[in-house]
Amino acid sequence: MSLSSIIESMIFAADSPLSLDRLCDLLQEYTRDDIKAALAELQVFHEERAGGFHLAEVAGGWQFRTRADMHDYVIRHVKARAVKFSPSALETLAIIAYRQPVTRAEVEYLRGVDCGGVLKALLEKKLIRILGKKDIPGRPLIYGTSKEFLEIFGLKDLKGLPTLKEIQALDETPHYEQQEELPLAPVPDHIASQPPSDQSA
Amino acid sequence: MRQEQEGNLALLGGAHEAYSVHLDKFDGPLDLLLHLIRKNELDICDIPIAVITRQYLDYIKLMKDLNLEVAGDFLLMASTLLHIKSGMLLPRNDQEEGEEEELDPRAELIRRLLEYQQYKEAGEAIGARALLGRDVFARTWPEPVLSAARNDDGPLELELFDLVDAFRNMLVHIPAEKFHDVAAADSLSIADCINDILSLLQERETVNFDELLQGELSRERVIVTFLALLELCRLKLIRIFQNEPGSMIWLVPAVAQETAEDLQAALLIP
Repeated sequence: MSLSSIIESMIFAADSPLSLDRLCDLLQEYTRDDIKAALAELQVFHEERAGGFHLAEVAGGWQFRTRADMHDYVIRHVKARAVKFSPSALETLAIIAYRQPVTRAEVEYLRGVDCGGVLKALLEKKLIRILGKKDIPGRPLIYGTSKEFLEIFGLKDLKGLPTLKEIQALDETPHYEQQEELPLAPVPDHIASQPPSDQSA
Repeated sequence: MRQEQEGNLALLGGAHEAYSVHLDKFDGPLDLLLHLIRKNELDICDIPIAVITRQYLDYIKLMKDLNLEVAGDFLLMASTLLHIKSGMLLPRNDQEEGEEEELDPRAELIRRLLEYQQYKEAGEAIGARALLGRDVFARTWPEPVLSAARNDDGPLELELFDLVDAFRNMLVHIPAEKFHDVAAADSLSIADCINDILSLLQERETVNFDELLQGELSRERVIVTFLALLELCRLKLIRIFQNEPGSMIWLVPAVAQETAEDLQAALLIP
């Protein structure tokens, strides 16, 4: 009974992505490195097999998923959930994903349009969640993406988001509000070395 | 160049019908501006404000002609465009020029457009991914199997939204109230409800959400129970769990029972 078979069985029977931490927890008789290696081995195995499903790393865990090109056949039997996103929903989601934590006002500034309805819909679909309140006058809610977002969009983590095209260096106009951005791409040195107080000035 | 733009403008003038087809496709003023820029094949960093503004206003006029409600956001952008144009017409102050670099009145707008474009493209990119439930599928489990199997497994801590959903479901089941009902003599108080829940929790370690709302349900009762639960959460007396999204909701006391009693006594004094 090889470790990779054990892990394969556990992932197969799990109802949600199984994280490395969880696997280590459940398989205390094995070392973390062994489990990691076995996972990598499994992934390669399924990739090379080129079967109907593969081992995907999503939302910080591992899960078997059908391959996208089998879609036409799978939906003959499985009802495709009505996962349909309007351009405005995707735009809003992208802004929140890349800029989180972000307030509604910031999203609206970037989109130039009222976002109340879209935010509500995204909240209801649990793609975004309320992270808390921002410590500025009015204490607006701040939003971020949820684990469901990663699962549905098949992302390993937030770093797995496609990198934004670099905004052409225009001028030193300050951003709408200084906030920590996600490490989307390696930060250029001249920006990284700049103390944050420079920009708010 | 100038002629070419004029030509484009004329071309666009005849294309009103084409506009109306796409009316609903603009998600905001920035989206519309980007569309106009692309349509005219303009350089985003060097927008001829006059041309764009005219087309933009044409579009808004068209929206009005079609009896569409023009959102305030569109009007705000129109005034921004006019403001920029007027800023560009003003003679430049030679004295200030030496001090700072000449600030293009368009800079702010251009930056916003570029930023918007970036997120629009990012949105398209993530929308094109293989989505779970649409393009790819994972194994799914019937609800009974899940809730039965994983009671002892690390439960999910619920968010306020789940609770609200649960209560909304509850309210749906309540029959419509009779209008001629005389106000009930014994009105429910949140404090009583809190006491009920706490004593229920003292008897047993966990209480099922549905158990709270048994017997004769009224809208008032459901709402009072909801408020009581919120209050209990706020006081950190209980925690709310769910094993799987959409499954049974469980209430668990969050502190030792004696402490709970003390707190309860202290906090219920208005």
